[in-house]
Amino acid sequence: MLQAILDHFNYWIAIFLMMIGFYTVVARGNLVKKLVGLNIFQTSVFLLYISMGKVIGGTAPILDDRFQIYSNPIPHVLILTAIVVGVATTALGLGLIVRIRESYGTIEEDELDLADGET
Amino acid sequence: MADLSVHLPALQVVVPLVAAPLCLLAGRAGLAWIIAFAASAAATATAAALAYITIHNGTISYHMGGWPPPWGIEYVVDTANAVILLLVSAIATVVLAFSPASVAKEIRPGSQHLFYCMFVLCLTGLLGIAVTGDAFNVFVFLEISSLSSYALIAMGGQRKALTAAFQYLIMGTIGATFFLIGVGLLYIMTGTLNMADMQARIAGIQDSRTVVAAFAFITVGLALKAALFPLHLWLPNAYAFAPSAVSAFIAATATKVSLYVLLRFTFTIFGAKFAFLNLPLNWVLLVPAVIAMFAGSLSAIFQRDVKRMLAYSSVAQIGYITLAISLASSAGLSAALIHIFNHGLMKAALFCAMGCIFYRIGTTRIDDMAGLGRQMPWTMTAIVIGGLSLLGVPLTAGFISKWYLVQAALQADLWWLVILIALSSMLALVYIWRLVEAMYFKAPPPGLEGAREAPLSMLLPTLFLAGANIYFGLDTRLPVAMAENAATLLLRGQM
Repeated sequence: MLQAILDHFNYWIAIFLMMIGFYTVVARGNLVKKLVGLNIFQTSVFLLYISMGKVIGGTAPILDDRFQIYSNPIPHVLILTAIVVGVATTALGLGLIVRIRESYGTIEEDELDLADGET
Repeated sequence: MADLSVHLPALQVVVPLVAAPLCLLAGRAGLAWIIAFAASAAATATAAALAYITIHNGTISYHMGGWPPPWGIEYVVDTANAVILLLVSAIATVVLAFSPASVAKEIRPGSQHLFYCMFVLCLTGLLGIAVTGDAFNVFVFLEISSLSSYALIAMGGQRKALTAAFQYLIMGTIGATFFLIGVGLLYIMTGTLNMADMQARIAGIQDSRTVVAAFAFITVGLALKAALFPLHLWLPNAYAFAPSAVSAFIAATATKVSLYVLLRFTFTIFGAKFAFLNLPLNWVLLVPAVIAMFAGSLSAIFQRDVKRMLAYSSVAQIGYITLAISLASSAGLSAALIHIFNHGLMKAALFCAMGCIFYRIGTTRIDDMAGLGRQMPWTMTAIVIGGLSLLGVPLTAGFISKWYLVQAALQADLWWLVILIALSSMLALVYIWRLVEAMYFKAPPPGLEGAREAPLSMLLPTLFLAGANIYFGLDTRLPVAMAENAATLLLRGQM
């Protein structure tokens, strides 16, 4: 059991972060906290991708006679793209939060619902 | 010319992608509109050419940058995505033709060129999702279209547009991330991202738990993006508070493209046998679809705002499409694709008509629309045609959808589904009637007696879309031929 966890240490961490992030998105009413949760959720997926490309003892894919084992670079490159997407999402989310704060005066979800119910 | 036509699949995406920063640089609304409209019209011409080639010469495979698949990114166009490309680009062009007056009224003067920039970027994303044959590429384009649509929705005039956009951002990102997890798990098992290559390699390992998990993540992620009940919570507010042109464009195209990706992954990559025999996808889709048909229509009946009503009606209509997919037969898939096409036409016409009304009276509440039948007769004609099409009355596009859907259900010996389809259409009659009653049989509320017909630049595109609803109800050759061909391609060698 312990061996099974240690062998797939990265994957356990990824799942752990995934659930923390997902829970934060669902359970928190503060919009900034929601967005941070969303970030953690996305980051856990980056970890999943990076883990699967890693070959134990492998180096970066550099053509040289001294190296025989290479890690798979494709998942790492894919995740560079996903990181950019994540940054864009966070930036847009924060931008929206600033504008919500400007027009509602709060970023708590229950207070926002209350304000919308009145109008 | 011969040289250029080889690159059509790439141009389909590259032209609007280049137009987006040009709109930003243009800095003025008028110039940005010209660029956006030209790019969108070019995309429509490209899509039409691609559709023509796929019908006559079969599937097109384009190797991005000259790298052969499975190493490079492959763009694949067959009749299934050609019909989606045609729908998305044509609707974008008509909505852009509609938009100048509407945008000038609803968007702040300083940011109108940004609106057009985001609009073409959203178009780029939707076209890219449809055209690509690479699983990770789908994710990238999905996020391009999503991020731009969050920004577009937030441009709505009321402050509720901001919270609607934020809610959509959270749920849309969760959906896209689920999809990303699914693609990652598939990559672990197959070592490839090319869809055709994935299909070949997945054949022997379908019983693996990782593949099943990948399928679950992808299905749930896409169901979130497609607003399949009960994952539709972001949709009503997003459609209701977005600027008119955005509601028309997104309601007609965005969820449809996600449904197309679901079709592509289910049938082309995983295979119908895996999804429907090894796993119970038919029930997983059928039950929420039926609930959506009723819950969506019932919620629509009780809305006071017509844009919100139409949004709930979209939830119900997505139910019809997923119902057709869940039948997993050639007839069912044809019905799904035909309804994807026809529903795009109906909702574009109806939301454009709402844009015309909002332009004149500044609200889309049903009480404020009382008596508008006499003041804005042409806009109301468009609404009535769109409404009849939504109901599925003969001689409209909606009837063709319902006809093929009912036939597919009968072919699967599910006669009780036919009854449910008929019953839920009755509910649509109720909410459309509420609208007609208010417009034609009530006196206008005080202060709104003087409303005039919308300007011609808005009215003509709206009537064009309404006319398309009638045209495709009479001449069904194009959508039906493409949908049936696509269904055969998707089910090739399966079931």
